[in-house]
Amino acid sequence: MRSSPRTPWALRLAAWFGLAFLYVPILLVGVYAFNTEESAFTFPPKGFTTRWFSAALERGDVLDALWLSAQVAAGATLAAVLLGTLAALALARREFRGKDIIAMSFILPIALPGIVTGIALHSAFRLADISPGFWTIAMGHTTFCIVVVYNNVVARLRRLPPSLVEAAMDLGADQFRAFRSVVLPQLGTALLAGAILAFGLSFDEIIVTTFTAGHERTLPIWLLNQLGRPRDVPVTNVVALGVMALTALPILASFWLTRSSHDVGGSGK
Amino acid sequence: MQHRPPLARIAAGLYRRHQLALWLLLGPPMLWLGVVYLGSLLSMVWQSAYGFDDFSMQVVPELTLANYRALLDGSNLDIVLRTLGMAVAVTLGCAALAFPIAYYIARHTSGTLKSALYASVMLPMWVSYIVKAYAWTLILAQGGLVYWASDALGLRGALEALLELPVIGGSSLSTSNLGRWFVFVYVWLPYMILPVYAAIERVPENLLQASADLGARPAQTFRSVILPLTFPGVAAGSIFTFSLTLGDYIIPQLIGPSGYYVGTMVNTLHGSVGNLPMAAAFTVVPIVIIGLYLALARRFGAFDAL
Repeated sequence: MRSSPRTPWALRLAAWFGLAFLYVPILLVGVYAFNTEESAFTFPPKGFTTRWFSAALERGDVLDALWLSAQVAAGATLAAVLLGTLAALALARREFRGKDIIAMSFILPIALPGIVTGIALHSAFRLADISPGFWTIAMGHTTFCIVVVYNNVVARLRRLPPSLVEAAMDLGADQFRAFRSVVLPQLGTALLAGAILAFGLSFDEIIVTTFTAGHERTLPIWLLNQLGRPRDVPVTNVVALGVMALTALPILASFWLTRSSHDVGGSGK
Repeated sequence: MQHRPPLARIAAGLYRRHQLALWLLLGPPMLWLGVVYLGSLLSMVWQSAYGFDDFSMQVVPELTLANYRALLDGSNLDIVLRTLGMAVAVTLGCAALAFPIAYYIARHTSGTLKSALYASVMLPMWVSYIVKAYAWTLILAQGGLVYWASDALGLRGALEALLELPVIGGSSLSTSNLGRWFVFVYVWLPYMILPVYAAIERVPENLLQASADLGARPAQTFRSVILPLTFPGVAAGSIFTFSLTLGDYIIPQLIGPSGYYVGTMVNTLHGSVGNLPMAAAFTVVPIVIIGLYLALARRFGAFDAL
């Protein structure tokens, strides 16, 4: 199936160079977290230490931000899973007038730049006299988390043969029973993957958050505020590594859970 | 029939009434999206026509077109054009870097290596955006990785000469447009690779064989078969790179010369000035530009490649 058995060296070089480019900053954050220096970010690092990790864990502001981020992400994920799954169940197999527009409007929150969503929510909360805080952040995150759950569930539902539900109903199950015993178990990993992606997306979000957070600080906002404080560089580096690990590992898990739907093998296209 | 439990009766009723079932499912998400999201968008567009009193620093709730007229002022127009220029440059940069990576993964790897490489493109896309931007401030800083590497390779002179150039240059990498462009290209690159990869995967193998059978050299096949067929993928990726650059306001704050971008201007107007109507009017700019861009991308078949 290969078009040419030998790979031109220029292509190989360009591809590996590009892939390396993607990982340089990520690896660098990992390296700097163990740097002994207190205030500079010169390369190469001067020595190896793990003491910044304990220093970061003693910082109340870091823990507060971490806790807020986790709460917001959990709330937004829960709401997104509910709403996204409902939308997917409604749209996966039906054709009706206006369906495209409805599907489009679910995608809109991630198609438009975050700053649009941010300002829009901010102005609406102000108009409605809702003071910013935990709930406004979680509401903002829910709007763009719905679409990742929706995408995952819709993809799974489309591959689920309709004959399975028909068989269940022929055997006497009503719609709720068929959903609980046939559809839901099939959706399991897609829901989990969608929830993980939503959690990661929310945990990491900064642009919409700055406009909806008021004086609250999620972990990404804490990081952004840190960038103007050279004295805190070591703690910032450790938190950066932590945030990266907390977003990357679940994403890998979700990729693994849905791997069959990516068609990575390149077959059948 | 009469002795069935109530839940089963509801189920049977819903089965007969497709429309009702549809709207029961669709209702909550539509309500959420309609009220929270679309409602907010409308309220923003509405407030973009409010006035602002410069003396009292208060929003004046009277409808006026002054904000939109102000958008066409020299300095505001400059902000829009500056942001647009960067968005175009970033899109071109991403396309040039993404194509070889996508092509290599799609056509020259298989099995485990292919899955691993695909995942290795996915992963940086999902890694925390703010951490990636932060990492670049470390990389581009004086004494950071890039300066160290250019010294080690004896290229310091070339780097300095590059920074002397107008427009892209600056006093140092982290205050130059070149540095900012690098960071933008980096953070949005995976968004370009994935659709281009999907488009290359979809090119039928036998077309390439036919082209070779008819005597085309690999470069010719690339130009007249692969490139036209995968262009929709590039167009699809460019929607992301273009739109994300237009709306970004963190990277222009961290890296590159002073001078507002649309995003940083919106943030300043909203934050330190408190002129929410003008901020909202500024936000309408990327919405309109992206609307036009989507219409253009659609003509190039980008939506089929998404």
